[in-house]
Amino acid sequence: MTPEVLFPLGWKHYLAGGLLIGLGVSALYVTTGLIGSISSFFSSTLSWVSRAPFLQQARFVSARAWRLVYAIGLVAGALACSVLLGERVPVTSIPLWQLAIGGFIAGFGARLSSGCTSGHGICGMALLQVPSILAVLIFLTTAMLTAHLVRALGGA
Amino acid sequence: MNARSLVSVFACGALFGAGLALSTMIRPEVVLSFLRWSDFGLLLVLGGAVTVTMASYWIAPRLLKAPLFAEAFSAHPSDLNARTLGGAAIFGIGWGLCGVCPGPAIAGLGAGNWPLLAALAGMFAGAYVQALAAGDAPH
Repeated sequence: MTPEVLFPLGWKHYLAGGLLIGLGVSALYVTTGLIGSISSFFSSTLSWVSRAPFLQQARFVSARAWRLVYAIGLVAGALACSVLLGERVPVTSIPLWQLAIGGFIAGFGARLSSGCTSGHGICGMALLQVPSILAVLIFLTTAMLTAHLVRALGGA
Repeated sequence: MNARSLVSVFACGALFGAGLALSTMIRPEVVLSFLRWSDFGLLLVLGGAVTVTMASYWIAPRLLKAPLFAEAFSAHPSDLNARTLGGAAIFGIGWGLCGVCPGPAIAGLGAGNWPLLAALAGMFAGAYVQALAAGDAPH
C-alpha cells in the first residue's frame, strides 16, 4: 500500500485540517471548559422556538447562546479558510433530496445518540469513553454499508 | 457566560470550521469516497483531531485548577445504553446517504457549498422529531 493508493488526493491537507480541528476543540476546553461537540447545537437552537419539554431542558437552554456563537464561528472559519486558500470549493452535485433525507436521518440519529462524528468521534474518543468508541464503530459500519448500497443501486 | 468566553467560543469554532474546510470534509464527495474505501483521508482528519484533543482533555485539568475564562471544566455525557448505540446506527445510515455530518453541514455554508443547506434543514427537522418522540422523558 503506497500513500497514493490510500490518499489519491494527497494526505497533508487531511492531517493539517484534523490538527486544526483538534486545536479548536482543545482551546475551547482550556479557555472555557466547554466540550466542543456539534450536534447539540440543533436541539439547543430549537429550544429558542419550540416549547417541547425535551428541548426545554436546562442543558439545552443554558448552552444555546454559546452553541450558536460556536456555529457562527464554524461558518466564519470555513469562509476565512476558503478566502486564504483562494480557491472555490466545488459545489456538491449530490442530489438535494439525498442531502435532505440523509440530513434528516443523521440529525435524528445524532440527537438520539447524544453525539455525532464530533461528540463521539472526537470528544468521546479523546476521553476514551467506551460508549463513544462503540458508537463510532457502529456509525462507521452503517455509514459504509449505506454508502456502498447507494452506489450499488446507481445513486450518487 | 462572560464576554471573554464568548469571544473564545467564536474563535475556537472558527478554528474548527477552518479545519473542516482545509481537510475538505465540507465536500460530501470526499466523505463518501472514504466510506466507499477509495480515499482514507478522513482517518487522518479524525486521528489528528483526536490526538490533539486527547492531549488537552487529559493534561489541562491536571495543570489548571479551572479553565482560563470560566469556573470549571465540563464533563462529556457518556451513557452506555440502547439510545446511544441505536442512535449511532441511525446516524450512520443518514451520514452514509448524504456524506454530511453536523459540523460540515454548518461550516460548508461559509465556503459557499449552498446545497448543504438542504442537509442542515434536514438535521434540524430530524432533531425536532427526535425531541418530540422523546416526549417528557428527560434524558
